[in-house]
Amino acid sequence: MATLTVSRLPVGGFSFENCKRNAVLEGEGNKLGWSMPAARKTGTTICGIVYKDGVILGADTRATEGMVVADKNCSKIHFISSNIYCCGAGTAADTEMTTQIISSNLELHSLSTGRVPRVATANRMLKQMLFRYQGYIGAALVLGGVDCNGPHLYSIYPHGSTDKLPYVTMGSGSLAAMAVFEDRYKPDMEEEDAKRLVRDAIAAGIFNDLGSGSNIDLCVITKGNVDYIRPHDEANKKGVRLAELEALTPTGDYKYKRGTTAVLTKAVTPLDLELLEESVQTMDTS
Amino acid sequence: MAAATSMMPVFGHQISPKNDLVPDWTRQEVSTGTTIMAVEYDGGVVIGADSRTTTGAYIANRVTDKLTPIHDRIFCCRSGSAADTQAIADVVTYQLGFHSIELDEPPLVETAANLFKASCYRYREELMAGILVAGWDRRKAGQVYCVPIGGMLVRQPVAVGGSGSSYIYGFMDSNYKPGMSKEQCLELTSAALTLAMERDGSSGGVVRLASISEDGVERRVILGNQLTKFSTH
Repeated sequence: MATLTVSRLPVGGFSFENCKRNAVLEGEGNKLGWSMPAARKTGTTICGIVYKDGVILGADTRATEGMVVADKNCSKIHFISSNIYCCGAGTAADTEMTTQIISSNLELHSLSTGRVPRVATANRMLKQMLFRYQGYIGAALVLGGVDCNGPHLYSIYPHGSTDKLPYVTMGSGSLAAMAVFEDRYKPDMEEEDAKRLVRDAIAAGIFNDLGSGSNIDLCVITKGNVDYIRPHDEANKKGVRLAELEALTPTGDYKYKRGTTAVLTKAVTPLDLELLEESVQTMDTS
Repeated sequence: MAAATSMMPVFGHQISPKNDLVPDWTRQEVSTGTTIMAVEYDGGVVIGADSRTTTGAYIANRVTDKLTPIHDRIFCCRSGSAADTQAIADVVTYQLGFHSIELDEPPLVETAANLFKASCYRYREELMAGILVAGWDRRKAGQVYCVPIGGMLVRQPVAVGGSGSSYIYGFMDSNYKPGMSKEQCLELTSAALTLAMERDGSSGGVVRLASISEDGVERRVILGNQLTKFSTH
């Protein structure tokens, strides 16, 4: 019979409309034998410490899609403002977009106040957004920076809780990294010692956690200066294949030599094109 | 066919944990499985909490400060979901600060407690927060209000909360006497928290204490090795 549909005003918050459809598709798919594409997660090791002159953030560079490495060299340390950076673990898209949104809002806020942004402000903005989405935005972040009140380091969880600490680790490799920190962290470390400690913590995550791997990125933030070291340590260099060693060509070359594939037939068809119209449009550079 | 009743699909479980590389606890919500306590004495209140925040079986923060200032002479002790309690505390801090400026007077502890109750009761289905509100004001001196999960509000001379509180009800009932001095309250609180931390897996770390009176707030920390040793082992 005639159905009566009442249009609903768009409700704020997370839209669950596709979840039922996804569940049905997954069910149908499993019957046919294929599985849903998994969200790309940065099963990760990220960490940060406060040292004498500022903060150091560290991250591995592996992004996984299920059990496959989707990106061997992804950048997990995101720009928030010139004095604040944020490492992200969890769903790659969520960390990327969340940090970009807050970076944009923080820039506007900074222009409005006329002041250099503070780490506590970025923390508030991030935690309020994540709490609003009740954990459905899978972003676990390590936020660090130096502002007028000194160096600050926060860990931010997907549900919106934050902790302000002198050293933090997040991600699947966080237990391995935290073990290194708990053993060797001291307050007011020198820069070289601190960099070595962060490097070792990430390395512990890389070598003891399957979800983390590849290289180690570091970001050293001090008052007035940021050192984005990418990569700081190529912990996992790709091996050189024998054939390439002989030919002395650089690794990572997937080109096949001409003649590898035999040509069976060749047919050349010239296309007759006649010039109909030719017009010139000058670019307006005024 | 049925009308377009857009019923919310049952999104019970999390996004299917296909990724074996990412362990379970990274998907768990952060909880302050806790022991918190607040005691009134003549002239003020003493509040105390442990310092452990857990995500499943991993301790996310072993030095958490669960005693959150809401105003100059009003604190709250947080237990339950870390995100929920932090968010509620931030909201109430704002509301109370605004209210205090309007009044041009320090706010009442009862006002703060009612603000907590308002949020916790209205959103009782969505939140998991057990809060103790304690402080000093000029009208009724030291007060402790309990706002447990569900959004009830009740004033009590002594209140405990959190997962570890179950272990110390007996200790509290037998050892609290009305008319105790500030020092005695501090002793009682630290002993109770130590006992709870000993028995509850979700509580531990250090003991954070604070005493609030007309003169202000005094905070102290008792580290793990300095805790009283109750010898059963």
